[in-house]
Amino acid sequence: MTTEKTYTVPTMADLAAANEEPEVLFWVGCAGSFDDRYKRVTIAFVRILNHVGIKFAVLGPEEACTGDPARRAGNEFLFQMQAMANIQVLNGYNVKKIVTACPHCFNTLKNEYPDLGGKYDVIHHSQFLQGLIDEGRIKVKDGESFKGRKITFHDSCYLGRANKVYEAPRHVLAALDADLVEMKRVRANGLCCGAGGGQYFKEPEPGNKDVNVERVEEALATGADTIAVACPFCMTMMSDGVKNKNQEDKVRVYDISELIAQKQGL
Amino acid sequence: MEIIQQILFVAALTAVAWYISKRVRLISRAIKLGRPENRYDHADERLKTMLLVAFGQKKMFTNLLVGLMHFVIYAGFIIINIEILEIILDGVLGTHRLFAPYITPVYSILIDVFELLAFGVLIVCIVFLCRRFVARVARFQQERHREMTEWPRKDAAIILIAEILLMIAFLTWNASDSVLRDRGVGHYGELRGIVPDFLISQYLKPLFTSFSDTGLIAYERTAWWLHILGILAFAIYVTYSKHLHIALGFPNVYFSDLQPKGEMQNMPEITKEVQLALGIPLSTNADGSQANDNGEQPGADSPAEIGRFGAKDVYDLKWINLMNAYSCTECGRCTSACPANITGKKLSPRKIMMDTRDRLEDIRRGWQANGDDYKDDKSLLGDYITVEEINACTTCQACINACPININPLDIILQLRRYRVMEESQAPASWNAMFSNIENNMAPWKFSPSDRFNWADQVNEVK
Repeated sequence: MTTEKTYTVPTMADLAAANEEPEVLFWVGCAGSFDDRYKRVTIAFVRILNHVGIKFAVLGPEEACTGDPARRAGNEFLFQMQAMANIQVLNGYNVKKIVTACPHCFNTLKNEYPDLGGKYDVIHHSQFLQGLIDEGRIKVKDGESFKGRKITFHDSCYLGRANKVYEAPRHVLAALDADLVEMKRVRANGLCCGAGGGQYFKEPEPGNKDVNVERVEEALATGADTIAVACPFCMTMMSDGVKNKNQEDKVRVYDISELIAQKQGL
Repeated sequence: MEIIQQILFVAALTAVAWYISKRVRLISRAIKLGRPENRYDHADERLKTMLLVAFGQKKMFTNLLVGLMHFVIYAGFIIINIEILEIILDGVLGTHRLFAPYITPVYSILIDVFELLAFGVLIVCIVFLCRRFVARVARFQQERHREMTEWPRKDAAIILIAEILLMIAFLTWNASDSVLRDRGVGHYGELRGIVPDFLISQYLKPLFTSFSDTGLIAYERTAWWLHILGILAFAIYVTYSKHLHIALGFPNVYFSDLQPKGEMQNMPEITKEVQLALGIPLSTNADGSQANDNGEQPGADSPAEIGRFGAKDVYDLKWINLMNAYSCTECGRCTSACPANITGKKLSPRKIMMDTRDRLEDIRRGWQANGDDYKDDKSLLGDYITVEEINACTTCQACINACPININPLDIILQLRRYRVMEESQAPASWNAMFSNIENNMAPWKFSPSDRFNWADQVNEVK
């Protein structure tokens, strides 16, 4: 293992002990913490933050589920228990700005915590990455070349329709110098991957097809070799769909931050 | 003869006005069954939304051609109403083309515009009938959508055919009137030289040249009466039909949601209980108050007595949900965009709205048959909407996005889910597992919370 640079992941507790405050709190989320595939996204994003020299921190073991799936399944009690416990922690650290790689955490923290006393400036990592690109802090480096590769972007409902973030992830992908090809149903008309509203945590109701298969067929029809996502649940659903179509050798599913990390050689 | 016509006309007008006001009161009472919620805030933003989405029909233009066709009917509906004003005054006063002598140069231009629109409406209604019954656009078909039973399909056909007949009556009335004017018959002749032939109806005049004067007068009167009585009957019919959107579409958009589509509404009554359970003082906001972003006190507009959690029936929903139901035109754009429906699940957002209105109309029928205090033992969840339907929703908001008049079926689904989970404790088993994982492990999966930060150990490992 030869890394020129050592990446670090400071926690809020570390910084507080040193009487410091981060520029931004990285809210990792449950999938980013526990899901083997999405942990790689968390790591890619942390490497970018390190590389660019952002003073960030995570909550580490003090973080807990935002309560989003519980709320959408109908369990408001559980949601509010989670929310209020999280808000106590966040307010305790005087957190002002939060970035997260999960659109569900993003939506909940941004739109639903204020009513319960948690008011923060919350942005999604696609917006954060776009900012870094616009400021010239992420530069095209001698990493992987994307020239001539076809990438299609799958809009996450809770990023797109829910919060109207359509351009930021596309802007990030444009920095790769790849060939961005769009699916038929995109942006406000984007088709869900099938995971939202608690569906990820149960078997689908009886039907004639799985939603993720329907969506992956549309993605494959673009001829792209890479499906870019910006959500842990879309990541799983799209990856499963690609496997269902036996295309996993030809088509890969990546989060936008992984693609930027690859481009940067991180 | 004239005076008899005037008396009949005033009688018809009064009867229709009385009946419609009765219907309006009933529908308004049904909408008010919903829980109160203040939607009179942010007037400028609401007005702007209404101008764009309702008056400007912004969302209809997602499909440009269909948007344009619908706009022709809409513009026809709004603008031809100016002509209705003259028709009504003529009917009451026993006059003929009352405005013509006073606004002579403008008059013929106005009628030309009305005729052009009437012709446009006629053509578009034929195209729309063809889309439904010949081209068989999927979202209107019962084979594909079980909520498109006989009545909704018949309702659509009745409306389109009625509009076609009304436009034919209007155009042929003008044509027969023009012929009578040319011939100088009675008072019709008085407008000779004042009112010229009109844009469209001039081409229909040959149909009437073989008529005798008496026959022509008979046709002119019949067409005039059919046209106005048709409009009055249509106005009554609309209150029983999906077509009510022509009136309710505007307030429905005005009062529609302003918050981001992804935001689920907070339940302040639960906040208090959770704060007590966690031992948090009841005021936790940074500013030391419980006021939310809108400057409202949580619970300020919730009833003093906490009802049930979530919604089992229309009484538990908000009034805007019920106005949504009465405004729904059953176009099915929501259902065509719904990922659950596309993949063959039972959920159809359109059916959620239709079921909600059916429930309200059943309650209304109950009042009329058994008195105003009547309550049956049915409920929206269970007797109209099934658990399988609400459990299939991915909360992706495609339905809200697709609706041309900002109806929110998702809000109803989520309120029904809240009832199902919090009052009946009947979540699917795997959701209960997810709940208990969140409660015990702080994540929806069964991982130890102490392992939550383990990923950081791999941050320096080469990929």
